[in-house]
Order: sequence, then C-alpha cells, then structure tokens
Amino acid sequence: MTKLITDVVCPFCGTLCDDLEVVVSDDGKELLEVNNACAIGAEKFLHSQAKDRLTRPRMRNEDGSWREVSYDEAAEFTAQMLAKSKKPLMYGWSSTNCESQVVGSHVAELVGGQLDNTATVCHGSTLIAVQDVGVPSCTLGEIKNRADMVVFWGCNPAHAHPRHMSRYSLFPRGFFTAKGHRGRTAVVVDPRPTDSANLADIYLPVEQGRDYELLSALRVAFRNEQLPDVVAGISKEKIYEVAEKMKNARFGCIFFGMGVTHSLSNNHNIDIAIQVTRDLNEFTKWSIMPMRGHYNVTGAGEVWGWQFGFPFCVDLSRGFARYNPGESSSNDLLMREEIDSVFVLGSDPGAHFPFSSVKKMNALPCVVVDPHITPSTVVADLHVPVAFVGVEVGGCAYRMDSVPIESHKVVDAPEGMLTDEEFLKLVLARVKEIKGV
Amino acid sequence: MSTVELTLKQQPELYLETEKITPDSFAGKSADEIAALDVYEGNLTHKLGDFFTISGTPGQTAQDTVIKVKGDLLRIKWIGAKMTAGKVIVDSNTDMYTGAFMEGGEIIVNGNTGHFTALGMKGGNIHIKGSAGNYLGAAYRGDWRGMMGGVLRVDGDAGSDVGTFMRGGEIIIGGNTDVHVGTHQEGGKIVVKGNAKSKVGGQMVKGEIIVFGTIDVMMPGFAHRDNIDLEVDGAKATFKRFEGDLGERHPKSKGKVIYGQLYIKA
Ligand code: SF4
Repeated sequence: MTKLITDVVCPFCGTLCDDLEVVVSDDGKELLEVNNACAIGAEKFLHSQAKDRLTRPRMRNEDGSWREVSYDEAAEFTAQMLAKSKKPLMYGWSSTNCESQVVGSHVAELVGGQLDNTATVCHGSTLIAVQDVGVPSCTLGEIKNRADMVVFWGCNPAHAHPRHMSRYSLFPRGFFTAKGHRGRTAVVVDPRPTDSANLADIYLPVEQGRDYELLSALRVAFRNEQLPDVVAGISKEKIYEVAEKMKNARFGCIFFGMGVTHSLSNNHNIDIAIQVTRDLNEFTKWSIMPMRGHYNVTGAGEVWGWQFGFPFCVDLSRGFARYNPGESSSNDLLMREEIDSVFVLGSDPGAHFPFSSVKKMNALPCVVVDPHITPSTVVADLHVPVAFVGVEVGGCAYRMDSVPIESHKVVDAPEGMLTDEEFLKLVLARVKEIKGV
Repeated sequence: MSTVELTLKQQPELYLETEKITPDSFAGKSADEIAALDVYEGNLTHKLGDFFTISGTPGQTAQDTVIKVKGDLLRIKWIGAKMTAGKVIVDSNTDMYTGAFMEGGEIIVNGNTGHFTALGMKGGNIHIKGSAGNYLGAAYRGDWRGMMGGVLRVDGDAGSDVGTFMRGGEIIIGGNTDVHVGTHQEGGKIVVKGNAKSKVGGQMVKGEIIVFGTIDVMMPGFAHRDNIDLEVDGAKATFKRFEGDLGERHPKSKGKVIYGQLYIKA
C-alpha cells in the first residue's frame, strides 16, 4: 500500500505552489510520485531519492580528494573558520526555511559577518528600488480574483515560473474574473519573443537595455505630454495605446523579472516601474510584483528585515547592521578581496556568480552546505550535505508576494542526516564557546 | 594652519575604514593621541598608528588643521567623511566614500577616488584630480537627499549614477560620465564637459544638467524649448535647452510649472 499526501508545498520557485500531491511508500521512506507540480518542481522532489546521494560531510584533503567526517567535526571546522575570520561572507539562504535563516543570522552577528542572499544576483536591485521609492503591491490571490490586465516585463514565467500563469496571473477564473484568461489583457515586454510573449495580447519588443526609457515614456503618456516618434524601438502610437489600456483597466499588475533587474539601469528600471504603478493609481488600481526565483529568497529578506532592518547585503562587521549594495554585495566583496572566508548555504554561487568571483572563493577557506554536489562544492574545503528542506523537513517560506506558507515534510531524510537548522545550531553553539559568550 | 602628515606604512590585509581621518577628529590632539584613534578592518578594531606614521601637529581647531595623507591608499575608505572644516590633501588614489557627508572645508585628491565619493555632501569643496567611481555626489541607499551643497570637481571621468537624488550644490566633471546623470535630481547643477551616455535626467524634478559633449540616447520626457547662450565654468557657448522629465511630478511657482533644465551644447 502507498500513501497519498495532499496540500504539499513545492520548494522550488517563488510561486510556492501549495496544491501538490505526493505518493510515498507505506513506511514513509520512499517518494514514488509527484502530482500537480510542473516539471522542475517534480524533479526537485524526485532528486532527493537519488541512490548515489551524499549522506555525510566530507572534507577536502591536501591532494584534492575527499574524506568523510562527522557532523561534529564539520561544525567544529565551520565554527573555527567563521570565528577566526575578520570578515566572513555568509551567502545563500534562499533555498532553506526561515527557521534556518534565523539561526544563521545569530551566527553572523556573533562573527561579525557579511550576510547576503541570492537577491544579490537576482532581485537585489528591486529591493534597492523599493527602499528608494516604496512599493504598491498585493497578493497573488488578489490578482487571481481581480486582475483584468497583467504585464510581464522582462520575465518569462512560461519557463521560469511554469505554474504562475495557470494558478494566479493569466488563466484562472476568480471571484471577479469569471472569464479566466478571456477576460484578461496580457502584455509582454521583452527583447526576445519568448513563449510567454506568444500568450500575450500585446507584445512590445523593447530594445535591449532601454526599459528605463520605455517606462519613462509610459509616464509621459499618462500625463498626455508629447513623446518622440519612437522610444526604445516602440512607436509612440503603440505607447499611447498601451498607456490608455493600462489607465482603463479595472485592476492591473506589473510582474517583472531579471530582464529588468539585471540589465542596464538595474534598480532604476524597478524604481521607475514602481512610479508607473503609482501614477496608474491616480486612475485605477494597479500593483507591481517581482517574480522571485528561489522559493524562499523572499523569506531571507523578511527575516533579515526584521532582525537587521535590511533585506540583503547586510554588513555586521562593526557590530551593528549596515547595508550598501555595491560595497557589501557578495560579488563586490569577492572581486575586491574584502573578505577572508566564505560560508554558503541554500544556494549555488559556483554556478551563478561570475567566474572571477568563483576563483576568489576557491582561494579562500570555504564551507558549502548543500544536499547536492554542485559547482560550489567543487571549490569548497568542506561540503556538508543536509536534508532537503520542503521534502525531508518542513518549515516556513515566503511566497513571491510575501505571504508566508508553512511547508511540510513528506519523507524521511536518510538515516543520521542533519537538517540545515540542526547543523547551524551545532555551529552556533561552537561559535559561542569560542567567542566566550 | 598646522599640518599633520600621515604616511601609510602597512597595507591592511582587507580594507581599512578610516572615517577618523578628518581635521575635526585630529584638531587639538598630539601625534600620539592621533595614533591612538580607532580604525576598522572587518570585525577588528586597530589603531591609526598601526597603519600610518604620523608627523606634525594639528591646529587647535578643525579650521586650522591640514592633513596630508600619503602612500598607496587604494584600500582605505572614508577619508574626510563628515568633515566640517580644515583641509585634507590625499596624495594617491583612494577607495570608497571619500568626503562622504562632508559639511565644510576642503579635500584635494591627487589621484582617483572609488565609488560613493561625496555621498550626501552638504558643503565645502572637493577637487579630484583624477577620475571618480559610481554614485558621485549621490544619495546613500534609501535616502532621498543626495548632494545638497558645496562644490565637487572631478578633472577626469565619473562612473554611473552621478548626482542621484541631488538637491543642491554643484558637480563639475571634466571628462565623460557613464549612464544615469541626475536621476531623481531635485536641485543643484551638474556640468559634464565630455560626453554622457544615456539616461540623463530621468525622473528629474528640478535643477540643471549641462552637457558640453554628446548624449547617446535622450530620455523621452525631455522637450526642446529653445537655444540660449550660457557662461558655464568660465566657458561661453550656445546650448540647446530642454525641459523635463515630463513624466515626473513638478512643483509650481507663481502659477508656473518648474521643470528640470537640460542644456546640450549646440
Ligand atoms: S511553478 Fe514553481 S512552485 Fe509551482 S510547481 Fe513549478 S517549480 Fe514548484
């Protein structure tokens, strides 16, 4: 007999779907089937079942080979490395639960570390813009039930957030949106004709790196001022037409992704998109929302927001929290050689950071906590495999609209494996002893 | 005026935060007392004397104090931050935050400065003989007040984000700038002797931007009004006058809407 577990939360992307169904073996040890998830979400669950999975920490030998060590030895090595560093970077925190993020924050505070999460290479520019000009936002539920116009700007949910459009933004029928996608106008702004653009009623092929100008042009159009004939590769007639449609929507939302957060103008793109949203609220109701990537990157920002006042790039070296992306951001710290050790949990900078940063990681003492073997573990001195959060241990995560959702455990982790939180607690206890606090 | 000379004798392993290198904190102190001032490297607190040899004596007040800083200062941050009077002469390149939040006095840098130079500057004079990094005279993250007063002169080039959220004072750049000049500007004057790339005056409310060279791509919210003759930093020329950003809010004065002014050499 197998067991069916319902209402499972998917710990992969920021859509945080909470309607998955998982079939497990009778003894609850084996995960057999995942239903309702998209392909990437299902893979995350099934990957935990890999037979060749690492189940114990491993330390690198002089000659580059690995030897198995106990979790206690791993915690000792990590605590010593962090406690001895003048400026340790503690990066990642986006594919783990808030409970672990809290323990990690305590460690960082004690060692005077640099806390940064994956927003630094993703929606960090969004967080900067939100701090500069605020943000009129809403929940995904409101969009499902109210939105009759959605704009996807520099994002491609068809591939990056596969169930976003079917669950929330484009297709679902909601309380005031009984016609589903037939009642919604979809606009896609992207230099590339993506699969999301194929679903759009209006597609604006913006010139690469000119989103700031196009967003500015919308604001000019809202105010009925004159525009040049062409802005960012789009004709003024088209811009006036879209501006008019946006003003006449009942409830709209701009979703945006890394096409605008990490192209020319970065935070200014989001800053002005927020001001577009604010302008529209003079006429009707509009919101704006980042398409957050890692399933709990939003949670990392929330936890540090309440602990330190800043959502990423937190510099605790002087005993109080400071924040300045450009200085306290991981890649700047690495490339400028501002740090002397690296601790990674819940992300894979080896795969996401520029090669020049990864080379610096390789040269520094480096601990990576990750269930998988990744490009980051390749440059680590110590690799600590842990239980899969959201699969083998539950915990709190924040969806892209900042709604906290409690995820559940569906199967047991292999015998004797620790969770992120348990390992961090071992490290915290040792750091306290070393620091005498 | 009395002069104190600091010479870097030991490079920090990481970077050093030296916001205490100001006439304000040196004034009235002996060389030993100056050597005992705190500097910071990561989570460690060191003494200024661990890294610099100190000679000479400061004046009794900040106003009477000159500080000369020598050596390779590329790993030194915050020189002259928050100073209110006196003079700091930096003899090499320096790192971030030189003259940040400065209120008065003078800084001369015989080299380049890093990012965030003169962040939130309120008054005084800064002259950088080389080039400056990004966020020159801009606002600190989340602050809506960039440079508010004083004169900031850079002989070379500047990076991106010159004068973001600027509200007063004057920035004069001898060379070129990267993208984003005067974003969210709400007062003050930015002069670019060379070329500016694009995103010039985006979200600008008030103030002036004067470009002697070219702008690759104009913001859509700037409208050409007329051509006028101006004398800028000693040079006379005819400029095309634009007003904007038309997509942004603007205040009214005596019933007239006040726009940001963008001048490009005709
Ligand atoms: S859309 Fe995202 S959260 Fe939903 S099932 Fe796919 S990967 Fe998981």
